[in-house]
Amino acid sequence: MRRAELLMAIAMAIFSAYLMWMSAKLPIGWVPGRGPGGGSFPFWLSFAMLICTVWIIVRWFRRTTPQSRSSEPFFDSRSLTLVLLVIGALVTMVGSIYFIGVYGALPLFFVFYMRFLGRHSWAKTMTLALAAPVITFFFFEILLHITLPKGATETLFYPLYDIFM
Amino acid sequence: METIQFLLDGFVVALQPMNLFLVIVGCAVGLFIGAMPGLGSVNGVAILLPVTFIVPPTSAIIFLAAIYYGAMYGGAISSIMLGIPGASTAVATTFDGRPLALKGMADKALVAAAVASFAGGTISILLFTAFAPPLAHVALAFGSAEEFALMMLAFGTFIGLGGDDIPKTLFSICIGLVMSAVGLDIMSGQPRLIFGDIPGFFHGINFLVLAIGIYGIGEILWTIESSQGEVSVSQAVVSVRRILDALKELLKSAKTIVMGSFLGFFVGLLPAAGATPGSIMAYGFAKTMSKNPESYGKGNINGVAAPESANNAASTGSMLPMLTLGIPGSPTTAILLGGMVIWGLEPGPRLFVDQTEFVWGLIASLYMANFFSIVLNIAFIPIFVWVLKLSFTILAPIIFVLCVVGGYAPTQDMHDVWLMLLFGVVGYLMRKLDYPMAPMVLAIVLGPLAESSMRQSLLQSHGSVWVFFERPISGGIMVLALLLFLMPAIKVGKKLIVARRTGNAGK
Repeated sequence: MRRAELLMAIAMAIFSAYLMWMSAKLPIGWVPGRGPGGGSFPFWLSFAMLICTVWIIVRWFRRTTPQSRSSEPFFDSRSLTLVLLVIGALVTMVGSIYFIGVYGALPLFFVFYMRFLGRHSWAKTMTLALAAPVITFFFFEILLHITLPKGATETLFYPLYDIFM
Repeated sequence: METIQFLLDGFVVALQPMNLFLVIVGCAVGLFIGAMPGLGSVNGVAILLPVTFIVPPTSAIIFLAAIYYGAMYGGAISSIMLGIPGASTAVATTFDGRPLALKGMADKALVAAAVASFAGGTISILLFTAFAPPLAHVALAFGSAEEFALMMLAFGTFIGLGGDDIPKTLFSICIGLVMSAVGLDIMSGQPRLIFGDIPGFFHGINFLVLAIGIYGIGEILWTIESSQGEVSVSQAVVSVRRILDALKELLKSAKTIVMGSFLGFFVGLLPAAGATPGSIMAYGFAKTMSKNPESYGKGNINGVAAPESANNAASTGSMLPMLTLGIPGSPTTAILLGGMVIWGLEPGPRLFVDQTEFVWGLIASLYMANFFSIVLNIAFIPIFVWVLKLSFTILAPIIFVLCVVGGYAPTQDMHDVWLMLLFGVVGYLMRKLDYPMAPMVLAIVLGPLAESSMRQSLLQSHGSVWVFFERPISGGIMVLALLLFLMPAIKVGKKLIVARRTGNAGK
């Protein structure tokens, strides 16, 4: 926990500096006749962020915050595996949307999550895995007219478009 | 009398078949969301906001407000049945709700929670109806200096009253404001903070991407980590007679409930406070006022009634500044406010002049949401008990999928989905280190207005910051805001003085 606190503060300090550098591409001072420049608002706020991170780091050295005194691990190994698995599954799902589309990625995600993480029966898993894309399709594509990305499966939907739209 | 006329017109709007239907559905959904451990009103509203694009703004906000209300009722259910707060707003309800359930009086506690919520809701809506029009009227005269001062006040409450680590809170506010500045600069039209020309950043960071990331993805990750153990659900025997008995007994708690309602409403007005501290304060207050405080924590029915009336009252209270001033009183109302912008409405006091149907339709719907929540709550107690047994590994993927599709829907850009995932994971890690998330969400919603009001004011005053202090209203608010910002420093100073005195006395 103690190490995580410092690492997060350092990461955020670097991020703040990067934000300041990006804001500084626009005028950060007074532009005659137009008031404060376009970069001033984010620049000075990023500067405040940097000050805050420095403040957090100082407090880390002085061990004022509970996190900087804690010797507990930031993650125990069991929850780390679980959280990493879930994040991995999410990234894979979003990444695979480009290739197999939303309607391919959703069922796979459900199968992975319910069957392999939740150990639910195949019957339950498949019911949700198949119901989810159908409900999504009717709600978003038909009712809201929001076209979700379909990747390679695009052509399979032409007959459905003909029927419903 | 004008108010009553407006309110009646509002009921005409709220009673339209579709709106009525949405109130009922919203209450039911809210009750479920509130009852699920780990999910509260803010999560429900953030995740379901994209779904409301299907209906006009008035119906959309009626639906979301009903969820807000329902979730306040629902939070008590898992607090009592599982001993785990269904939402942070129902933490105080576990103190006495759980002992009552363990004694076999779960039904009594559930009824007390529902009735107290109803009373809290009703009292606060009456206060709301009375206060909102005059406040909006005063706010109509506000210029950009006052707007900026009000926002400083909102952020000041997080520093002075939030109770979180000061540098982390400040950091959270600043990063939220900076994120709101990403995209094209409104005044010069130049792109800024686009992270090396990534095209997805040109349209700015939609507040929903941050809200869904933090309150959807991040919250579920948090719950997955913290709820690994098994939990036991208490049994509840429910019959009409037992409910009537419980109601009769509850008459004795009337004083506690009224006190909790008023306290909750006024605490709810403050952006940093809201329903969670409101309910905890009400609990503490009821305990100190009680003749036998030692019975609290062991199953005193007042210990359920006080926090439950306060959290419902606070949720109404937090809508007052949102509607009249355009400053949200809670994270949930921050998301509602962001929603208004997406729906094409301009938040602030002008709503009461230009959008009377929207404003009064919403207010009237609150009366109805309150009514339907108590009916659904008591009628469906057995169903909620069943829902609590639902495994989280079924709920989690459903919510993840809603987040991904909901994150894509507003802008239809995969860039936003990735960004949402990133916010979810980073937000979750930051939350583990006690960085508060609510100020960040509030800041990204208020950011664009804060920047433009500040720049306009400074332009008019040719760069003098005294413009914020010269006008009486803005000056007063600014001074108050500065006091809140300096509050931690004042506290430290006080401690030092006290320490020195006692130190001297020791010598």
